[in-house]
Formats: sequence, C-alpha cells, structure tokens
Amino acid sequence: MSNISNTHERAGGNLTAQALREGLFAGLVALGLFVLFVGLETTQNIRNELVLNQRWGLLAIFVIVAAVGRFLSVAYLRPWAAARKAAAAAKPVEGEESFFKRNFSKIAIVALIFYPPIMVMLFGVQGSLKWVDNFGIQILIYVMLAWGLNIVVGLAGLLDLGYVAFYAVGAYSYALLSQQFGFSFWILLPLAGILAAFWGMILGFPVLRLKGDYLAIVTLAFGEIIRLVLINWTEVTRGTFGVSGIPKASVFGIWSFDVSAPNNFAKAFDLPMSSAYYKIFLFYLILALALLTAYVTIRLRRMPIGRAWEALREDEIACRSLGINTVTTKLTAFSIGAMFGGFAGSFFAVRQGFVSPESFVFLESAIILAIVVLGGMGSLVGIAVAAAVMVGGTELLREMTFLKQIFGPDFTPELYRMLIFGLAMVTVMVWKPRGFVGSREPTAFLRERKAVSGSFTKEGHG
Amino acid sequence: MALGANTVATNTMTNDPILTVEHLSMRFGGLMAINDLSFEAQRGEITALIGPNGAGKTTVFNCVTGFYKPTMGMITMRQKAGKEFLLERMTDFEITRDAKVARTFQNIRLFSGLTVLENLLVAQHNMLMKASGYTILGLLGFPTYKKASAESIEIAKHWLEKAHLIERADDPAGDLPYGAQRRLEIARAMCTGPEFLCLDEPAAGLNPRESLALNELLRSIRKDSGTSILLIEHDMSVVMEISDHVVVLEYGQKISDGTPDHVKNDPKVIAAYLGVEDDEVEEVIEEIEVIAESEGTEGGSH
Repeated sequence: MSNISNTHERAGGNLTAQALREGLFAGLVALGLFVLFVGLETTQNIRNELVLNQRWGLLAIFVIVAAVGRFLSVAYLRPWAAARKAAAAAKPVEGEESFFKRNFSKIAIVALIFYPPIMVMLFGVQGSLKWVDNFGIQILIYVMLAWGLNIVVGLAGLLDLGYVAFYAVGAYSYALLSQQFGFSFWILLPLAGILAAFWGMILGFPVLRLKGDYLAIVTLAFGEIIRLVLINWTEVTRGTFGVSGIPKASVFGIWSFDVSAPNNFAKAFDLPMSSAYYKIFLFYLILALALLTAYVTIRLRRMPIGRAWEALREDEIACRSLGINTVTTKLTAFSIGAMFGGFAGSFFAVRQGFVSPESFVFLESAIILAIVVLGGMGSLVGIAVAAAVMVGGTELLREMTFLKQIFGPDFTPELYRMLIFGLAMVTVMVWKPRGFVGSREPTAFLRERKAVSGSFTKEGHG
Repeated sequence: MALGANTVATNTMTNDPILTVEHLSMRFGGLMAINDLSFEAQRGEITALIGPNGAGKTTVFNCVTGFYKPTMGMITMRQKAGKEFLLERMTDFEITRDAKVARTFQNIRLFSGLTVLENLLVAQHNMLMKASGYTILGLLGFPTYKKASAESIEIAKHWLEKAHLIERADDPAGDLPYGAQRRLEIARAMCTGPEFLCLDEPAAGLNPRESLALNELLRSIRKDSGTSILLIEHDMSVVMEISDHVVVLEYGQKISDGTPDHVKNDPKVIAAYLGVEDDEVEEVIEEIEVIAESEGTEGGSH
C-alpha cells in the first residue's frame, strides 16, 4: 500500500519538478527570442536622432507569460487532458445519438427558413438588414461555393485552387448579358451555370494528366488568367472599373424590386419602402440555391457517377481497371462543380449590383478551399458549419467594438480577420485533422449504415 | 466466310483460345522486358504464368490489360459470342469495359475509404451508367435506375457470399484483413462481368488456410461463371493445384509451356528456379537439347 502511494507522490513531485524545469526553459527561450525584438526599441526623436528605448517591463511580461504558460500546461493541462481521454475511453460507447445530433440538418434547414422573419421581429425591418444580408446571405454564398467545390475536391479528390474563376464566370455572365441583352435573372441563372460548366470543361481538358501539386498550380494559374482577362479586356468588362448598375432579380417576374416599377413588391403589399424585402428575397433565393446544390450532391453520390468520383479519389488506377473512363469522370466533376460556382456567381452579381475583378482574387479560392478542408472533405454538414464559423466569425469581428476599449481607439478588429482565420484553421487542424466531420457516409448498405472513419478515406492524388 | 471456316477448324481441334498472345515484345529503354513471347490461354481453363522474379510476368499482364502499350506483337481476345478484340490497340478501361477482361493487382488496390459493398458497386459502373441514362434519368428518378440499382446490389451480394465477405459488407474495405482484401479484389473484378480474369499473385501473403480458400474461390469462378483465368503466382501449391496450363517465363522469354506435371519436370524450369552449378551448365544444355529433339519428334508438348 505504502509503496503505491509513495510512487504516486513521487510521480506528482516529478511532474511539478519537470513542469518547473520546462517553464524555466521556456522563459529562457522567450527571453532569448524577444530581448532584441521587444526589449529594445529604436525610434527617432524630434532632432532626427536614433534613440534606443528600453522596455524591460514589456519583455518581462512576455517572458513570464511563456514560463507560466508552459508550467501550467505541463503541470495541469496535460494531466487533465490525459485523464479526460482515459475517462472517455473507459466510458461505454453510447448507442443512440441525441435527437439534436441525428436531425441536425433538418433542424438547421427549418431554422434557416425562419431566420429572416425572426430577425425582422427582433430588430425591425431596417435593423434586420445587417443580420440577413451581412450574415445570412454572406454565409450562404460561401456555403454554396464550398459545396460546389466539395464535388471537385471532396468527392473526386481533384485539388482545385482556381475555383473562384467559375464564380467570376457566373457573375460576369449575368452582369454582361443582363445589361447587353436585358435578359432576366431567371433566364440567366441557368445560362450562367452552363457557361461556368463549359469553362470547367475547358479547364478540365489540359489538366487531365496532372496530379496533386501540379494540378493545384495549373488550376491556380487558370483562376489568375480569368481574373487578368477580366481586368485587361476593357472593351467588354470595363476592366478594373467593373460592371455596375446590374439589374435586380424579380420574384419570377411577378413582383419587382425596382423602386419605380409599377409592380414593386412593397407597393403591391402596401408596405413601407425598404431595401430589406429585397435582401430577404435574396436570402431565400440563395438558401434555395444552396439546398439545390446539397440535394444534387446527395443524389449524385448515390449515382454511379458519384461513386466513380469517390473511387477516383481513392485509387485512379483501380478505377481504370474496372472499366471506368476516368477522363469523362474527371470532366464531369470539374464541370458540375463549376456549374454551382456559376450559379453562385450570378447570384453574387444580382446581390451586389456591381462586379469587378477585385471580388475574384486568389484569396477567395483559398477561403473556399479552407472551408471545404475545415468542414471535412465530402461532408455537407461539416462544410456548412465551417462556412458559418469562418465567414460568420470574421463578420462577427466587425461587431466587436468593445475590443476598442481594451486595445485603444485605433484598434480595428476587422483588420485582424485573417489572423483569426489562420489561428482558427490551425486550431481545428490540430484538434480535428480531418475537419469537423471526418467520417463519410456510405452511399449504399446491406444491413446497417456505418460511417466510414476518416482514417480510411484518402484525400486524392490529383 | 473465312471466319466461319476458322471456327469449324478450331472446334474440331477442341482448341478454343480465349486469349492469343503472338510475338509480344516490350522494351523499356535498353531493357527488353518481354522478348517475342507467344502463348495461348484456352477458354474455361486456368492458365498460370510463372517464372523467377523479374522474368516479366507482370509486364505481360500490364500489356494484356492495356496498362502498357507493347512495343511489338499482337494480343487477341475472343469472346464467347465470337467477337474479337485486339487488346494492344485498346486503352486500359476499354479493355475491361468492351473486351471483358478484368484484372487484380500485385499490391492490392482497393478503394479503402469505400465500404466493401460500395467497392463492388463501383465495379458495376458501366452497367449502372447505362441504366441511369448517363446519370440524367437517374437524377430525375426514372425506375430503370432503381431496378438496375437493386440488381447491382444482388450481384454484389452473390459475390460477397462467394468470397465469404457478406458479414463485412458495410465495413470500409481498408479495415479488412489482408486475405479478405485479396478475396474482395477478386470479387470486385468479377463484378465487372468479365469473360477473362487476370490475377496478379492472388496468393501472395496469404496463410495456408487462406490460400486454400482462394483455390476454392478460383475453382468456383471457373466452374459457375465460365470465366477463364490467367494468373501469376509464386505459390507452387496454388499453381500446381488449380491450373490446367502453365507458361514459364525467364528473362522475358518463354522457357516452358504445358500441363503442370510437364512443367514441373522440365529441366529448363528446374534450372531457372534452382540455378545450376557452373560445371553442370554444359550437361544441362545437352540434356535440354535432347529433350527438345524428342519433343520435336513427338509433335509438341501440349
């Protein structure tokens, strides 16, 4: 008995000693790192002389934070995490998931349908604008784009860094065709999708033989080419000035949202004039488009073509040995993914009323890809959650005015959006390397539908 | 007319080759991996391709299944219905889809993230593609696809039962033990509905019990579905047990061809496998020549 308690105590003592040691070491490393960066500051005084300021206090704070943080992490956080892991392993696996977890997607759809009226009730017609437009529509656009890219990257395993090109094709298709020919949104929406799909195929052909990194580089270049064409082909696209005054969409031509039109929506229902109705209409429009994307993706996964995409991601050579034409399989993945990008693009044009090449920079592609990876490649729910967290989170930063009280009035939180974005990505990738939803749902089953663990699925090689 | 005469002639000789390889050569740069190889695989038989490491067996396979384009030679596949395909002119997926030649791989290539059942459904891609009207009709919910989909699951079930994998149907393929993965790969190849099945070392890495089960599976494939089999194998217990016809390769050339018993006692084969001491080389060559002469007078080895 005494022996056991002895060893236990010794282990505890060892741990504290080790934590102290590591804390001290971390403090030393921090001192070495920051002594020149933080401890000394050079400024110019009024006579243009170089002055060396000493900031030992700040340096001390840096060193103490590092040392104490390391100490706490080793002494308390790690044993606690280990104990929790052991407890979780010891606990028997729960057979039934909670009602909320099982019906998450249905609940989420219902919540989204009731989102605009609730916002109107809470914040008034004008006040709801921000919540419906900045949050609702913005997030749903990214959800739709990420779901579209998911077909290419998540299902077929083709790493596409130029997805925003198709978004641009869709947006400019609507902007230019509606201005030049006066076609309505409902004609141009499918047309934009078809044009984007066509460009998807054009991209697909030259990259068929490429895999992995090489494919990524070529798709990235393709995205840049489209952007540069939009900038430089000024006769058609008006270059960096962009296309403005893009006509609004109407409710299937029955009600218009133009202020001067006789069938104006607000007038027809005797409501006070507000742009909020148009935004709410747009919210439902993008919700419908996103749900269409999800529905088609779910249906396609159960079709032979969807299974062939996933098989292609797993092993291309095996696919060919089973008589699958990998050329057409890849092209369909590219073009269907691009088609949804085109839909989203034409919606973007209608929502902004203005498109310029500025909106289609590489960063957009990177964000969409990051959402797909964070959500868990192939998982629709995970991707939607990731889009809400990533896009909604960065939007939420704009709201955090209280941060100004902490960091001073010069602090603008939205400038740190990308920093937070990066931090969140690193955190999620450490915590869940396969994304929020790492497992995949099988498309067919004999007895029971068991999720396939992420450790078996592959990311694709091209 | 000529074709008719030809079939009559083959029937009278009870010689009905499903695969004819003629003067096949494959060169990689300066290396002649296969040098003027000719052999035949008979319909309904199990033909084994054996030889020491690096003899070019897998290269032959890759030529037959279209993964390599041969430098020279002709590979003819004759289907039961009489249709002929020149495999050296077709690409890999067309060979499986149109000529009905399926293959497995030396290092197993399963879709590890897909379930066992899904693996078998992917193999029926072309049939399901047609039934779903190239996805469009299926997407719109036409009944033809639903029917074909149910059928494809039945086919998959049939092969799962044969391969003793029915219990693991809903598990990811990557989760199966090695022997089961081998059987699954064969079952998957069979789901493409092949007339000719090429197996690249199906017994590699299997324990004796598993390789016994494999023998059983291969025999039942030949018996029940009438599929002819060409296999590469190092495990002689499998080769001698199940094959009807053995072709021996060494350095890209055929050194022996015949029944398992004939091949087993062929001094050339023994020399290729075991090697001979330097002072015995002359002796062995003489012996080989004598045998070759006697065979010449007998009129072929087969």
